[in-house]
Amino acid sequence: MTPKDVNDTEEVHDTWVVIPLYNEEQVIGDVVTQVRTAFAQVVCVDDGSADRSAEVAATAGARVVRHPFNLGQGAALQTGFEFALADPSMKYVLTFDGDGQHQIADAVGMVARLRGGEADVVFGSRFLDERSKPGFAKRMVLRAAVGYTNMTTHTRLTDAHNGLRAIRRPVLEQIEITQNRMAHASELVAQIGASDASYVEHPVHIVYNDYTKAKGQSLWNSVNILADLILR
Amino acid sequence: MKIVLIQLLLIVVVIITAVRLLRGRGARTQAARRLGLMLFAALAVWSILFPSVWNQIARMVGVGRGTDMVLYALVVAFLSFTLTTYLRFREFENRYTKLARRLALDEAGPPQPTAGVPRQQEQPYAGS
Repeated sequence: MTPKDVNDTEEVHDTWVVIPLYNEEQVIGDVVTQVRTAFAQVVCVDDGSADRSAEVAATAGARVVRHPFNLGQGAALQTGFEFALADPSMKYVLTFDGDGQHQIADAVGMVARLRGGEADVVFGSRFLDERSKPGFAKRMVLRAAVGYTNMTTHTRLTDAHNGLRAIRRPVLEQIEITQNRMAHASELVAQIGASDASYVEHPVHIVYNDYTKAKGQSLWNSVNILADLILR
Repeated sequence: MKIVLIQLLLIVVVIITAVRLLRGRGARTQAARRLGLMLFAALAVWSILFPSVWNQIARMVGVGRGTDMVLYALVVAFLSFTLTTYLRFREFENRYTKLARRLALDEAGPPQPTAGVPRQQEQPYAGS
């Protein structure tokens, strides 16, 4: 529970991992524990969960910020960003999903690329290699989503709706997510595209098991996302 | 005579609605809305007394009957109402999101922990 060796290195304290959290009590404990093997500072933004997600996350060693009621994942991310920005020694923020679909090795690799000065933002992409296996329909919807995002935001990405992102502080200071629900992913990309921040993509592996599939976005929701984006 | 009765009834309803709406909480922005509302009420009364005006308007813009004209006007009015309501809701949502976020962050305390998370307590940061 206390990987002291990790904490002794000074540089780990410049990174905050932001995990939006909504009804994930089954898995969030493991997710936080795993993330903390690599990153000391984890903040879970509990978005009005009805279960014990917040307690489980806190027990696993995360700082928990609790929304008084459900606001949506976009709002949770923005809350996490503002929490991290209040830490003057924060240099990097990593966003990580609470359902366990991400790999900690990918996250470490992405922050390392920020540290190396390669770019201001590193986006995770499940389409840069063949490890992730989304179903056919999901693949098509994600492709359409990224096509729309590229078309409207002056960016060229292969996967716009990926929860793994690593962002440098100066970029984060300019970001303000106003899309409370799922359209925030495109909004984030749009704001980064509109700034002069540089970005790269990093191949990540998304695990599709029964749990992440059940918790993930249904295809129907892509219609809602599109409507939110158009009626901005 | 029956037509006069329905006219009377409709006029009373329009006036009551207008008066109720006029009694909203006021600011400068509301003035325009109130003037518009008064104009709308006057137009409503006028078209109740002289239903043929809709026929005249309809013929003027090339629509067959006055009833069709009213329907089209209603569709446009309803769509704009839906849109302004949606946008107002979004604005409202933005406000209460910021309020909720402020509450949540204040409750959580500063990111450099002073208490609460045991492991970080025993590891004071060198830089702060």
